Amino acid sequence: MDQKEALYQYWLRLGDDSMILAHRLSEWCSNGPFLEEDIALSNIGLDLFGQTRIAFTSACALEGKGRTEDDLAYKRPEHEFRSCHLAEEPNKDFAHTMVRQTLFSAYHLLLYKALERSSDEQLAAFATKSLKEVKYHWRHTSRWLVRLGDGTEESHKRVQDSLDILWSFRYEFFEVDEVVTELQKTSIVPDLSNLQSDYEALVLEILEEATLVLPEKEGFKATGGRIGHHSEYLGHILSEFQYLVRAYPNSKW
Amino acid sequence: MENLKLEELFQEKLDREEKIEPKDWMPEKYRKHLIRQVSQHAHSEVIGMQPEGNWITRAPSLRHKVVLLAKIQDEAGHGLYLYSACETLGISRDELNEQLHTGKAKYSSIFNYPTLNWADIGAVGWLVDGAAIVNQVSLQRTSFGPYARGMVRICKEESFHQRQGYEIMAEMAMGSQEQKEMAQDALNRLWWPSLMMFGPHDADSPNSGNAVKWKIKRESNDELRQKFIDKTVDQAKVIGLSIPDPDLKWNEERGHYDFGEINWDEFYQVINGNGPNNVKRLAHHKRAHDEGEWVREAATAYARKQTIKKNVA
Repeated sequence: MDQKEALYQYWLRLGDDSMILAHRLSEWCSNGPFLEEDIALSNIGLDLFGQTRIAFTSACALEGKGRTEDDLAYKRPEHEFRSCHLAEEPNKDFAHTMVRQTLFSAYHLLLYKALERSSDEQLAAFATKSLKEVKYHWRHTSRWLVRLGDGTEESHKRVQDSLDILWSFRYEFFEVDEVVTELQKTSIVPDLSNLQSDYEALVLEILEEATLVLPEKEGFKATGGRIGHHSEYLGHILSEFQYLVRAYPNSKW
Repeated sequence: MENLKLEELFQEKLDREEKIEPKDWMPEKYRKHLIRQVSQHAHSEVIGMQPEGNWITRAPSLRHKVVLLAKIQDEAGHGLYLYSACETLGISRDELNEQLHTGKAKYSSIFNYPTLNWADIGAVGWLVDGAAIVNQVSLQRTSFGPYARGMVRICKEESFHQRQGYEIMAEMAMGSQEQKEMAQDALNRLWWPSLMMFGPHDADSPNSGNAVKWKIKRESNDELRQKFIDKTVDQAKVIGLSIPDPDLKWNEERGHYDFGEINWDEFYQVINGNGPNNVKRLAHHKRAHDEGEWVREAATAYARKQTIKKNVA
């Protein structure tokens, strides 16, 4: 794999994580626990769709075949997506969504902080811009985790149950494969060897405040998303997401 | 001061075109009328999130998707300012929600119609927001200050929504054969319900009398409806869609379009709860509210614990 192909793949990972998670958040619209929070969930979704568009446009420019952001979003089959399992996880309830978002935002926060130092100008600029948004996502959702964890008996149980399932999904964030290795040769992706320990420390601090504990036994250690091996959910997401474009291939939208 | 004297002063103030503010004296019926109207308006913004939300996950481009999501978010925001304006009249958000769920408070009937294809998202922006703007522009001069000021802000966003809806409609009306059919289908279904948004004929409008005297309502239902038709017919022509009304024709003498009779039976059926989606819309709102109860309780419990901790420390 050459550097160009690796960087293209890397943009897809960034874009796909954001797009799939934004899709999940957009499913909350008109279903929030109260109006202000409904708006906040859409807001995070909008930020993530915005990041998706930059990532896809950058990928297309790099590829140089005249494809557009919508070709990437609407015309790739499941196995060409590079999203992680956590982003694909269904909303279930507000607790599950908040645990998912907190675990994801912590990763986004630390990853983008690192990518600000990328030797690739475009990637560094993307990280700087997105970091402003992600700081808000982290603040908003981690505060919810604390409120729910240290709220009522019911809310505590709900977030603890979701944490027990989702905690082991983090492994997929830290995988070092040939894409990452190739990009690290020229510091396009900086050294990420501390990412996992920093991540765990950041999340543990919030869990403690939220009176939540790590599960005694870890479940499914998510893996495979980066090479196109996804959850069963992705196919359903795409069949809805891509419906119009696929049903009317001769139409422009 | 006697109520009669107060009411005279109140009317004089209105006649001088001064705004009434929340702490000013106002007749009880004025307050009630406003709570009814402003809450109905707020509920409409919020229930209106559902038919549009129906297409978020299926929007056919990333740009369309973010525009739609941002638009619905604006509607939620309008709901928030209007609920706040209503609260200044001495009623709480919980009571307003309760009135919505029990059916005591209404919302605009248009949102009881389904959005069946992507062009409906265009038609909702173009026709429904278009009709709402005609009404809301007029309400910028309404006599209750918080409502009038809310309208100024809301109108700015609504006119953007209307353009965005028309853009989708134009794109589809000039697109592939299938897209043209979807656009015409959406217009066929939503045209008459949009005209119904202005309410009954002036002669049959039960809430208009005092509302005009109190300058809550500045133009009549029929005047507003005519304004909407006059501006919309030409917009349909430009993009090659036909308005589903065989009686529609330009009347040189009146300087307005003449149009066919609205199906008032359908109108009353829908406002009385028997439209295609009345049950579904309310059940959806109630379900989201009920499912959110444990979240709101947790937030309250957490806040209480924090206050106790602070007081101890």
